Amino acid sequence: MTVATTIVTEPTVVTGKLPGRWRRLPGKAKAGVVLMGMFILAAIIGPMVAPYDPGYQNPLPSLKLAAPSAAHLLGTTQTGQDLLSQLLTGIRLTLELGLLVGVIATLLSVIVGVTAAFLGGVWDELLLLVTNVFLVIPALPLLIILLGYLSDKGQLPTILVLSLLGWPWGARVIRAQTLAIRGRDFIAAARETGESSWRIITFEIVPNQVSLIAANFVNTVLYAIGASVALAFIGLTDVNSWSLGTILYWAESENALQLGAWWWFIPAGLAVALMGTGLVLLNSGIDEFGNPRLRDASNASRVAGRRVRATDPTPVLHEPASRGRVGSFLHSFSRASLYDGGLAGVPEEKEGAK
Amino acid sequence: MAFILRRLAFYVVAAWVALTVNFFIPRAVPGNAVEAIMAKFPNLTPGAYKAISAMLGVGKAGSLGHQYVTYLDDVAHFNFGTDVSQYPASVSSLLGQTVPWTLILVGTSTVIAFLLGTGLGIMAGWRNGGWLDRSLPGLMFLQAIPYFFLALILVEVFAVKWHAFPAGQGYDGGLVPGWHWDFISSAIYHSILPAFTIVITSVAGWMLQMRNVMVTTIGEDYVVAAQAKGLPNRRVVFTYAARNALLPQLQGFGLALGFVVSGAIVMEIVFGYPGIGLLLLSAVTSSDFPMMQAIFLLITFAVLIANLVVDVIIVFADPRARAKEATR
Repeated sequence: MTVATTIVTEPTVVTGKLPGRWRRLPGKAKAGVVLMGMFILAAIIGPMVAPYDPGYQNPLPSLKLAAPSAAHLLGTTQTGQDLLSQLLTGIRLTLELGLLVGVIATLLSVIVGVTAAFLGGVWDELLLLVTNVFLVIPALPLLIILLGYLSDKGQLPTILVLSLLGWPWGARVIRAQTLAIRGRDFIAAARETGESSWRIITFEIVPNQVSLIAANFVNTVLYAIGASVALAFIGLTDVNSWSLGTILYWAESENALQLGAWWWFIPAGLAVALMGTGLVLLNSGIDEFGNPRLRDASNASRVAGRRVRATDPTPVLHEPASRGRVGSFLHSFSRASLYDGGLAGVPEEKEGAK
Repeated sequence: MAFILRRLAFYVVAAWVALTVNFFIPRAVPGNAVEAIMAKFPNLTPGAYKAISAMLGVGKAGSLGHQYVTYLDDVAHFNFGTDVSQYPASVSSLLGQTVPWTLILVGTSTVIAFLLGTGLGIMAGWRNGGWLDRSLPGLMFLQAIPYFFLALILVEVFAVKWHAFPAGQGYDGGLVPGWHWDFISSAIYHSILPAFTIVITSVAGWMLQMRNVMVTTIGEDYVVAAQAKGLPNRRVVFTYAARNALLPQLQGFGLALGFVVSGAIVMEIVFGYPGIGLLLLSAVTSSDFPMMQAIFLLITFAVLIANLVVDVIIVFADPRARAKEATR
């Protein structure tokens, strides 16, 4: 994952045209793109095509907890609200929250990660220590007390709080990748030609880890959607707005389950699950893009009945980091300090796909 | 030993950060928690303002520094104040009743999911492209389902429709908790569905991660060399490839634990399981801030301790780490 970025772009550049590119995408990524495309479409046009006002309580007694029918494709709630309209409105709010948190938190990750790796020494170790502390403190309970104390639990505060706690994972991975890139020749060349640090960061380092940043963005969106739905489910949100989480909150609090009203909670939950699947597929697609070995065996050629894969690209030699006294002291508290001393196959930053 | 001690120091720092954040949140958020509670219960007399602020520790006398020291002292003695919703009971006594339930349920099912997922990941990674590997997208779907939603469906199908399992509670209502077989068997029976939920939703994550590391490890020269020597496949898979692929997996275990525990806690709400999750829900709905804060600290400490255990396991499982420890 850390070394393959340079080879990645090659096949796509050669083909150029969109259909060719599309065919070369790993199957998982295709499925992810299609799934997410559907949800984004639903988020854009959903509220416009929604047949009813999601909050309108139809007083007709026959529409009280009515099963799906032609007029109400996904049935109605206890108070006669149309569930399809709620779902269509809810997808927009949930996706909007996820994407915004993704953008803000990824930006924070890039800033912290690149800064740490670029400054090096004590600052690096200090930032890494802070990152590790926030990584190890479980986010959801902290989110619960933060939102619990806020009197305004609407969309914006939730986005801010989720972003505030969503950056450490990405910062760690991006820092590791920046450290790997920083030692490459082209960075040294850029420095020799007198490029400023800012220019090196924005034009040499960040563009070289776009696939990593993209994967991290997708992961963060996944985290934000999962966390916001869970928070809404326990009632820590504006329960009068329509998101996928609040639909589930009302279904639970109005005992939809005990009343056998499956149409109340199944579609919303399914939407969350499908959105999550789309994001995971997209992410593993990006991952396989960056690491050819993870691709399906169908891409590998067969020689005498055995699969043969391209060998590992030339590994980048990590130069031992120069940390200084305080820096090494801070470093010795990290798990990574176990693997100091240039051992092969260092598992330092291989967190995997979660 | 030196490494473990240093890690211990790191976790102490993390715990201190959690404690400090927990101390400052009620004091830093805009708006006033006391007024929020007053607004929620309009029949409270103005005199209750003082009582509530005393209970939350917001209006405490003394400087901020003094309050901080008192707070740390209280936490060290497991004194989290008095509960708001079940008034005379102390928070720590309520926690004491619920923690064992969550600890046993989440602990056991997480370990099962980890072992199962790692095993399946080894198989999927070794037979890369086989049927197990191709079923991964389906498993990803299971992983993407929110814990509580899967719980809702399982209750609907197994408890409401088929009556195969109880729909809620931790044990049969007619039983007195204690160390006798009736109670224990009832508790196990009631925990099967919640445990199943945790295993189903988290197994794919472990599997995917193990599979990815496994695929990379199998390409290493020493694995190819082992195969070329003519070693039996079983030996190559487990002793050469899986043993090395397990280390990143273990590191992931410590970090992913927070997610699993958080998800499991929300899931408890659906099952009405008498653990921390249910307590947290009642704390949220009744604006019971002392309880919410105590639960946050408790979960954080549990995750930190689990991480320390993982560190110890890593040192023992990784010969390089062991050798380094010996020379330090």
